[in-house]
Amino acid sequence: MLGGIGAVAFLFLTEPEKLDAATLAELGTGDAARGERIFWAGGCTSCHAPPKSEGEARLELAGGLQLNTPFGIFVTPNVSPDPQDGIGNWSVEDFANAMMRGVAPDGSHLYPSFPYASYARMKPADIADLYAFMRTLPPVAGKAADHSLSFPFSIRRGIGLWKLLYLSDEPVIALASDAPEDVRLGRYLVEGPGHCGECHTPRNFAGGTDKARWLSGAVAAEGDGVVPNITSGDGGIGDWSESDIASYLETGFTPEFDSVGGSMVEVQRNLARLQPADREAIAAYLKSVPPHPNGYPARTQPSG
Amino acid sequence: MRKLVFAISALALVTSAAFADPIADRQALMKANGKAMKELTGIVKGEAAFDAAIVLAALNRLSEDAGKMDPATLWPAGSETGGDTTSAPKIWEDPAGFQAAIDKFKSDADAAVAAAPADVDGLKAQMGVVGSNCGGCHETFRIKKG
Repeated sequence: MLGGIGAVAFLFLTEPEKLDAATLAELGTGDAARGERIFWAGGCTSCHAPPKSEGEARLELAGGLQLNTPFGIFVTPNVSPDPQDGIGNWSVEDFANAMMRGVAPDGSHLYPSFPYASYARMKPADIADLYAFMRTLPPVAGKAADHSLSFPFSIRRGIGLWKLLYLSDEPVIALASDAPEDVRLGRYLVEGPGHCGECHTPRNFAGGTDKARWLSGAVAAEGDGVVPNITSGDGGIGDWSESDIASYLETGFTPEFDSVGGSMVEVQRNLARLQPADREAIAAYLKSVPPHPNGYPARTQPSG
Repeated sequence: MRKLVFAISALALVTSAAFADPIADRQALMKANGKAMKELTGIVKGEAAFDAAIVLAALNRLSEDAGKMDPATLWPAGSETGGDTTSAPKIWEDPAGFQAAIDKFKSDADAAVAAAPADVDGLKAQMGVVGSNCGGCHETFRIKKG
């Protein structure tokens, strides 16, 4: 009996929830030219184009990148406009539900390795613009492999519980009503399409970002090493000026002329395509977030 | 006794050669590269005046440093960990890929020297190519550590 109630409660709590009609009405017609900005801000190509793609091949979104994480191996899907293997048959509403609610057209949950917990904060009109831009990209045939996850993460329905805890369209950092426009834009780019917090914020045991330590850096979810603290706290970038940050995002060099490395190389390459005002806004926001000490443990001994 | 002293000094000689510090050496080399990049970028940004001789000297340093990047010397077996190295395990897992990245840096730096930029625009074009090697190599062969 209790088991039965538990099962019903589980199904009730974990039911995939799509966007409401009011949000869908805000999508509008979508503009491909505007959508290109969102595409580079989001860095879609870094995970959805085959690794090490160069030039035009970066626009062929066949997927297939493997993310080797503690939960198992996630494989990025084909999101090219191919009608069979990609998302060519998706409506803009389908696309918006995937981006903002993590729900596939068939109504099932998508895994949050696809960072919809960030995209949930995006403006519907930007989603429609991005959709319009992605329709202009070359269709590529070939489905990517399925994820290969360990139990209980292999139970897709369980993602519903994760969403109850971590899926919200509210901004992470509350800003004063008279906060400058560039900080506001930076917050949108960083917390929404840019999804910076997905790697730069430590996660708890359930894989949710720890918002009390927002952007304080983290042990890399994939591979070796750490992702740096980008707040002004101890170990972070407090001694970088806004123009240092904007210049790093444009050129890939730190104020000390160390260079960008790891997965940030791809991110920086994408952000270099934005207008300077967008990079400056990101810098203004990063200088305004609460400072935290490093979100990853210090090395206990001076060894590799 | 004399034999012992000899043995100890011989041992000291051998160990100091064996324990030359490749981690410190490669870090110094990277710092030097960063310094050259900083100098050249300052000129591209107009923070310093264009001087063909200074530019060529800095490009030459990059080319020479690229030539010194011999994995057998600077990334020998046994130097995977230690100090505060941020060299990635990938260096030893994929020696061919690492060598290819070094070779590309060397040939791009040599090309920039051969081009001998005569003005800021000429330098800017070379810097785009040479500078992409920094992130290009660090994407795979360096990891950030806590």
